[in-house]
Amino acid sequence: MNVETAMPYDEALDRYEPVLGLETHVELGTESKMFCGCKTTFGAPPNTQVCPTCLALPGSLPTANAVAIESTIRIGLALNCSIAEWCRFARKNYFYPDMPKNYQISQYDEPLCFDGYLDIEVDGKPVRIEIERVHLEEDTGKSTHVGGATGRIHGADYSIVDYNRAGIPLVEIVTKPIPGTDRLAPEVAKAYVTELREIMRSLGVSDVRMEEGSLRCDVNVSLMPRGSSEWGTRTETKNVNSLRSVERAVRSEIERQAAVLAGGGRIVQETRHFHEDTGSTTSGRSKEEAQDYRYFPEPDLVPIAPDRAWVAELKAALPELPSVKRKRLRAEWGLSELDMEAMHNADAIDLVEATVAAGAPAADARKWWMGELARRANESGSALAELPITPAQIARVTELVASGALNDKLAREVLEGVLAGEGAPDEVVEKRGLKIVNDEGELSAIVDQVIAGNADAADKVRSGKVAAAGALVGGVMKASRGKADAARARELILEKLGVSD
Amino acid sequence: MSLIHKTAAELGALIAAGEVSSVEVAEAHLDRMAEAEPKINAFLHVDRETTLAQARVVDDRLRSGERLGPLAGVPVAHKDIFATRDMPTTAASKILEGWRPPYDATVTGRLREAGLVILGKTNLDEFAMGSSTENSAYGVTRNPWDLTRVPGGSSGGSSAAVAAYEAPLSTGTDTGGSIRQPASVTGIVGMKPTYGGSSRYGLIAFASSLDTPGPFARNVLDAALLQEAFSGHDPLDSTSIDAPVPSVVEAARTADVAGMRIGVVKEFAGEGYQPGVLARFHEVVQLLESLGAKVVEVSCPSFATALPAYYLIAPSECSSNLARFDAMRYGLRVGDDGTRSAEEVMALTRAAGFGPEVKRRIMLGTYALSSGYYDAYYGQAQKVRTVISREFEAAFHQVDALVSPTTPTTAFPIGERADDPIAMYLADLCTIPSNLAGNAAISVPCGLADEDGLPVGLQIMAPVLGDDRCYRVGAAVEKALESRWGGGLLSKAPAL
Repeated sequence: MNVETAMPYDEALDRYEPVLGLETHVELGTESKMFCGCKTTFGAPPNTQVCPTCLALPGSLPTANAVAIESTIRIGLALNCSIAEWCRFARKNYFYPDMPKNYQISQYDEPLCFDGYLDIEVDGKPVRIEIERVHLEEDTGKSTHVGGATGRIHGADYSIVDYNRAGIPLVEIVTKPIPGTDRLAPEVAKAYVTELREIMRSLGVSDVRMEEGSLRCDVNVSLMPRGSSEWGTRTETKNVNSLRSVERAVRSEIERQAAVLAGGGRIVQETRHFHEDTGSTTSGRSKEEAQDYRYFPEPDLVPIAPDRAWVAELKAALPELPSVKRKRLRAEWGLSELDMEAMHNADAIDLVEATVAAGAPAADARKWWMGELARRANESGSALAELPITPAQIARVTELVASGALNDKLAREVLEGVLAGEGAPDEVVEKRGLKIVNDEGELSAIVDQVIAGNADAADKVRSGKVAAAGALVGGVMKASRGKADAARARELILEKLGVSD
Repeated sequence: MSLIHKTAAELGALIAAGEVSSVEVAEAHLDRMAEAEPKINAFLHVDRETTLAQARVVDDRLRSGERLGPLAGVPVAHKDIFATRDMPTTAASKILEGWRPPYDATVTGRLREAGLVILGKTNLDEFAMGSSTENSAYGVTRNPWDLTRVPGGSSGGSSAAVAAYEAPLSTGTDTGGSIRQPASVTGIVGMKPTYGGSSRYGLIAFASSLDTPGPFARNVLDAALLQEAFSGHDPLDSTSIDAPVPSVVEAARTADVAGMRIGVVKEFAGEGYQPGVLARFHEVVQLLESLGAKVVEVSCPSFATALPAYYLIAPSECSSNLARFDAMRYGLRVGDDGTRSAEEVMALTRAAGFGPEVKRRIMLGTYALSSGYYDAYYGQAQKVRTVISREFEAAFHQVDALVSPTTPTTAFPIGERADDPIAMYLADLCTIPSNLAGNAAISVPCGLADEDGLPVGLQIMAPVLGDDRCYRVGAAVEKALESRWGGGLLSKAPAL
């Protein structure tokens, strides 16, 4: 891998303006494939979900999946697109071993959805991303290249192909070029993909798991010198497999291109590959000799002509979209925009919402998910939603705190127990003996013992230095191993020393 | 009369009545094949045991009282471009040598279900590309009328098998005339149904928007019975028409043209047409008038542009359809010695596996679809196609059916046009317009040309979903001519 020089980001942005473009592929979560009846289960043994059609046996024919067409129209509507009154599939012709027919059934100049937009917020500012098109196509099989250093086809000893993925419905969402993002380009790119992902989730059309490839993003970046209005040559970066990588890929490509341009070089129009480990991109296939895909209308399939009334019904039945929902929840929960954005970025909103739905006050739900649990997720390098704890369990913990059965410290221990697989919150409380000490007699005895053992502090309190009671409360908490109710302990201490607040 | 000389309808009736078994009928045809094949070479795959086993199953089904169609127990030969789960399917190409599909085409599956027994798979021009069956990778098929001449193509194995009494029925596919032209030059009936009326599922694709499965038989009623048995909506083929279709069997039995308006296509005559072909054609037009039809001349000037449009559309689609033959999942694999890349193996396999005509059309189509040429070639050809469809529609406002010679000449000698693709392509001059428009068209025998004593075919064209009209007019012509001849045209054919 040849290492290329990079210009520091701030300097690059002082000298150049970026223009972005994003192509996102979403694998639909339909039961069956796009053009045949095969199952789409992820992770099945290789080549077990195949049939004559998705293996392109001679004589086989495609038939279009109606649910996939409906999902694509719903995606288009959620992205404020116009829906074609009549459109066709097209064949994209190129030879590759993981594409059984050696053409991909896609759409060319007649996409199902076109001319939409998606409004996002970055750094508290609204940004409108214009959508060029949303079209439906089929996925390819998956090649594994064995041997060789790069894991790519060049230099491999041999390659094996799994056709389970071949023919899974794939929706491609293409933005128009996005100028004017300036220094926020990486954040804009990430925020756009994040928002798209949430829209797909709210529509229920895909599980949008970037790590499993059901959401894939190609990032186009070009630079132009400050003050110029002529866009530069763009590169297309593939293999961007997480939201964080979207951000890093844009940043690293800006830094790389700026260095090339500043050094008097020229940007080659090409496909580049993003590397998670280094956070940089390397050159892939050159696109300068544009591959000729010889598109033509797919003669094996009839045109799609969505009934207008049906499209109107689909539009009316769209769920509340994530951005609208966030606004509503922010108002309901009384949060600042910054807090809400932090929750959004942490993917915590749905979890908090579910916790609230399970009976927790919004403030408490947010406190746990964004505090203790976010910290734990961060430590283990997993997503919040992947933690082995449910919103209902969090709600139960907040309930125990509210009833006085637990204090915050004990609650954290309960959470720790749940995360460690010790069972539901009540079981953890039971097993670890974490119930707060609210037996007056027991507490009173501990207070007496602490006062006796801290005569200096007790005298200070008696002489009116009420603040010194803190040390005695600390002593009580220590003696009770954190299980005492601190407020009640303080009251008892003051009472016993004949002082009032 | 021996079993092989009976019509399919007669055989079906005899079997249903229990007077003869399906096994006996199959054996009679297998014996005839053993005798005729060394001269004709109509079949690529014959498996006596598989055939007889099928026949036994049908006999058992009938004996157990199962109600099957009118062709139950009757044998059929399938063009080797339809997938059959118990016989190889090669499209007459080296690239698919020995390939056994794991499934049946809809056409073969439905006929199996209706109790027809498969005699074997017939020869064709490789991937149905040709008009003489000389482009087969497995040798030429000979015309039973004259063994030095071609049986037409691409479905030449299917036409020769029926004309040589090796099979009472056969299936074919018609992309530019590949059923009608071979039927014409072998003196039998061949029908191209309305596009979408018969399923393409399991038919190895040449040009998807044109390919149409259809029947061959020695008489009009048999062809109708076969078509009815495999036609109808198929959810596995998106382009299959989901609409009720008029009964072609009933139309074939009607055989009456009184009061029908028949149009003679003015443009299909003149230079390039053999005088003997035109003479027989004009006689049959007079015959139609004498039978009570009102005959008028109809001009379809755009039909002259059909041939060039076809030779852009069909190769374009084939260049994409044949891309799947890449040595990765099935078929021939050349050069996989551990040193070559997948791309090299693909290229070597395709170079070795495809014949010259297939390569010519892949290259033509690849070029026609290329960026910068698409509009001038493929795009323009699609516009021509639209114009031709409109011209047909206008003509069918004036008349109920159109007629023309099926092909400009009688069967040509083997080798004569092999090195002259344009001359070969002209054989489909009159048949191609109906493929571009998707309407129904049939070829029925109308006599022998004076020059060479070889069969001449009459083409009857009807509107989309007007298949019944083809059969009605065809049956009327057949009835009148056979009473004039004192039997079918094939009774005049020389003994093998």
